[in-house]
Amino acid sequence: MNQRSTFIFTMLCFGFAFLYIPIVLVIIYSFNDSKLVTVWGGWSIRWYMELFSNENILNAALLSFRIAAITATAATIFGTMAGLILARLREFRGRMLFTGMIASPLVMPEVITGLSLLLLFVSLQNFIGWPSQRGMNTITIAHITFSMAYVAVIIQSRLTEVNESLEEAAMDLGAKPARVIWDITLPIILPAMISGWLLAFTLSLDDLVISSFVSGPGATTLPMLIFSKVRLGVSPDINALATILILMVTVGVCIAAWIINRQKESKAIS
Amino acid sequence: MSGLLINVDNSFRERLWKNLIIAIPYFWLLLFFLAPFLIVLKISLADPIIAQPPFTPLFQDNDDGSMSIYTTFDNYLFLFQDSLYLVTYLSSVKLAFISTVLALFIGYPIAYGIARSPQPTRNILLLLVVIPFWISFLLRVYAWMGILKTKGLLNGFLLWIGIIDQPLELLYTDTAVYIGMIYSYLPFMILPLYANLEKLDIRLLEAASDLGARRWEVFKDVTLPLSMPGIIAGCCLMFIPAIGEYVIPTLLGGADTLMIGRVLFDEFFLNRDWPVASAVAIVLVLLLVLPIVYFQKRQNQELWSES
Repeated sequence: MNQRSTFIFTMLCFGFAFLYIPIVLVIIYSFNDSKLVTVWGGWSIRWYMELFSNENILNAALLSFRIAAITATAATIFGTMAGLILARLREFRGRMLFTGMIASPLVMPEVITGLSLLLLFVSLQNFIGWPSQRGMNTITIAHITFSMAYVAVIIQSRLTEVNESLEEAAMDLGAKPARVIWDITLPIILPAMISGWLLAFTLSLDDLVISSFVSGPGATTLPMLIFSKVRLGVSPDINALATILILMVTVGVCIAAWIINRQKESKAIS
Repeated sequence: MSGLLINVDNSFRERLWKNLIIAIPYFWLLLFFLAPFLIVLKISLADPIIAQPPFTPLFQDNDDGSMSIYTTFDNYLFLFQDSLYLVTYLSSVKLAFISTVLALFIGYPIAYGIARSPQPTRNILLLLVVIPFWISFLLRVYAWMGILKTKGLLNGFLLWIGIIDQPLELLYTDTAVYIGMIYSYLPFMILPLYANLEKLDIRLLEAASDLGARRWEVFKDVTLPLSMPGIIAGCCLMFIPAIGEYVIPTLLGGADTLMIGRVLFDEFFLNRDWPVASAVAIVLVLLLVLPIVYFQKRQNQELWSES
């Protein structure tokens, strides 16, 4: 091994240690029996038991998962439409504005997205009386708005990868555009739609700032609950909750990676 | 390359379909993205009053029954007169900039190492970078609270091996904010760098060393310039969201850690001064326009030079 590979190897070890030590420590300390979070008091699963008997946490988790599922589905539908437009429609009235509105949510700071949507909901309520109450519906609308932009970008980049000859061939053979989209385009972008759905689901499940702005009394999502507890300091039941969420994500990402890899291999063979 | 949706027989039903596909996302974004932003702009030009909603309306009824438009730049003037806001903007830029530079120095060798690994290892290492990216941001920041506390794990460890004899004050300081920023955004830095370094033609490096360049010179004159697009993409992807960050300074920073996202949040929820909060938001957007436009320009150049 020469000098440089040693350096690179050290940096890799250091980098991955940096990325994973905090996560591993949270997982280990979630099994800590002691009430003092940084003092080791032996192994136990009491915080998990406590977690499953805490109705506030369970309700918040249920609300978050419901919002995430609705958001992901709606964002995938709207985002796919937007991605199709961006990739396949060269010109229509207001294309510039549309491109800008898709790209902006990706770079807009969350505090601004949250603030502006809350101000919209307040104004709408004053003028037309809707939404009469802020809560799950307003959070879902806000989440759909920013996550559909991510889905649109994924779909667009997938569509620019594959060329249009298949779609053109189908049209030359007399298929109507709606039929072409349904039979040719959608199967091509299905994997991108699935990753878009998963990304939108995670983004929604994860969001704290925007939800805090647009939520109302009685609607507390999981991140909002975690944040209000964590502001006061480290707490052992949050360690247990974090461990469950981390394991879910890790398993999900690994399965997704495995599926993608297998697809690549089967493509390489055929 | 005639567009799929343009070049059709213009039967009424087909046009209806096409327009529907455009109209649905278009109106959604107009209503829930553009309109809210214009409302923020409008409220930033109003005076705060004690009422519900707490600001003066744009259109005001005069006594003689006519209408007039009322706007004021007081909120913006206020932002520039009160040094708190100016200091906060500068300190946000400073915190975001220094974290980005540090993350570049940590991320570059990692991305390089992954790009040079043999194939099965490379995929696993890449997966290991991606997993933290999907884990909740809030929980990853939270993980550092237990480590950095005065009686936390890091101080315990350092005391135990005897490097220090007094626990360090880490949590609720700027140091903790830097660590949190670098930790949270490191995948954003590594992934574009990796994507770039992976494409690097190894024969160029071999040619340079065959011609007598020393190892450092090969890196400085060949690898580094060729990976510039990756460096810029990574830095922009980290710097832009880092400026408006709210969670990290709130959980890890001290009372004197000034970041604009946090000031906006407090101005809105604690002081209930909606017009000033809106003005803070508008100025923040203007602050971000510069790096975003620069990033877009570089991305477009990339595309042109590739095609």
